[in-house]
Amino acid sequence: MALLEIRDLTFEAGDKKILDGFNMTIEPSEVHALLGTNGTGKSTLAYLVMGCGGYRPASGEIVFDGKVIDDLKIHERARLGITMAWQEPVRFEGISVKDYLALGNEGADPSSYLRMVGLHPDLYLRRMVDKALSGGERKRIELASVLGLKPRLAVLDEPDSGIDMLSTQDIVNVIKAFREKGASVLLITHREEIVVIADRASQICNGRIVCTGHPEEVAEYYKSRRCIVCDGEMCVYV
Amino acid sequence: MSELDSLMEAFGEAGGDKTVLASEDVAHLAASGHKLLSMRSVKGLEVSARETLTGISVSVTVKEEVKIKNPVHLCFGVLHKKGTQKIKMDVKLEKNSCAGFIAHCIFPRAEKVTHIMDAVVEIGEGAEMRYSETHYHGLYGGIEVRPRSVIKVGRNGRYFGDFTLTAGLVGSLDIDYSVEAGENAVSELTARVFGHANDDIKIKEKVSLEGEKARGLIKTRIAIEDEATAEVTGITEGNAAHARGHVDCMEIVKDNAVARAIPIVSVTNPLAKVTHEAAIGSVDKKQMETLMAHGLTPGESVDMIVKGMLR
Repeated sequence: MALLEIRDLTFEAGDKKILDGFNMTIEPSEVHALLGTNGTGKSTLAYLVMGCGGYRPASGEIVFDGKVIDDLKIHERARLGITMAWQEPVRFEGISVKDYLALGNEGADPSSYLRMVGLHPDLYLRRMVDKALSGGERKRIELASVLGLKPRLAVLDEPDSGIDMLSTQDIVNVIKAFREKGASVLLITHREEIVVIADRASQICNGRIVCTGHPEEVAEYYKSRRCIVCDGEMCVYV
Repeated sequence: MSELDSLMEAFGEAGGDKTVLASEDVAHLAASGHKLLSMRSVKGLEVSARETLTGISVSVTVKEEVKIKNPVHLCFGVLHKKGTQKIKMDVKLEKNSCAGFIAHCIFPRAEKVTHIMDAVVEIGEGAEMRYSETHYHGLYGGIEVRPRSVIKVGRNGRYFGDFTLTAGLVGSLDIDYSVEAGENAVSELTARVFGHANDDIKIKEKVSLEGEKARGLIKTRIAIEDEATAEVTGITEGNAAHARGHVDCMEIVKDNAVARAIPIVSVTNPLAKVTHEAAIGSVDKKQMETLMAHGLTPGESVDMIVKGMLR
């Protein structure tokens, strides 16, 4: 049985269908990459899976571990083992990195998670998760935090954006760490070098999956813009 | 139990370190109502205090070039249900001196108490003063707090002021601070207040950047709930070349509480620059959702965000 099954999901914003009959499965311990150009519905899917405010399916359903979760609030989904690293994580005044990493992960040593994302604990544990962090530092801390939650399903919305190319290996290591810990990952990304570490990949265009398969093949398909839905019209801008 | 013991007992109950006055390396002054209970000075620090009809009059001087190692502790309070305490304080930091002050204001049983502070602070050339005032109020809300400070920071001087009232009911709070910063002087004013029930909060802070390259920051963090009200006025004037000032006000509002922020910025020198930002409203949705994605309930998330903001 798939850990996450998305069935015929439709989501509308005003008159526009952002997701239109979207179907996808993620197996236990599977890293499933989702590729797609800007505005194709990737982040919307992430918000729907997490249950964010204002994101309710118009039709279809999201099934997690055999249970329909459409009516569950974010924290209820989190307690089932779903969590998310936002594309642009928010800042918090007065909350230290140490305390932030302890959320939902009390008693664990946060240092190992920081090291895993390429940050030295001595330099970061006492800092605040506030504006003083750069965008890249904040994203790394978010990844460390999500890793520390030991989720069953981690939704990673462009974990590589805003992080320098030289550090791509850190992101790859984190994704591998999720898999090694038995977590499934919905990995939203644009980068081929990240996609290839997935077990499967899908391309989304115009709110639908247009192909699913081996990551390298899907990445190649994505690169060539041979989209069967829009014939390249929607997939030009990466 | 002596009145000093009672004051320190209340201080301890509020989370303070009761032993702080025992150390011979730490200067202090403790007063309950208009009674002077205890006082100690250290080398380089001159303190004189006298009782008045309704409070205490204090004069503090930090001598030239002296750096006071440990913060000076000031414990003020009214332990009875009713009473008035007026503190008049004159503080002078002479040239190139440095001192920190931690003021504890304790009103655990206040039902009809007035606490008035009138301070005049003069910070000499190259001197630095850090002043942190924390209030511990009871659960009755019958207290009126009116701190007034006029602070003058000399050339290359630095002043950092911090006011915190996040424990117990605020009652009626009316802060009025004014700072004049000279050439290359630095001034930072921070206030953190958590209002509940019918608390009424008024904060007016003004920084006048009068000297070239003077810098100023007014930072206010307010959370209010129930029927509480808050009005924050942050005034910064850039009156000299290359002066830089910023006003930063954030207010989180819950229930039927009402908040208002009035940033007033003015520049009279074309080479000065003053900016402001104010955010008033409910807890940020994305912050909430991020914490909920870590398993916190909506209530736990709000608590954490508010506590963090007021820290």
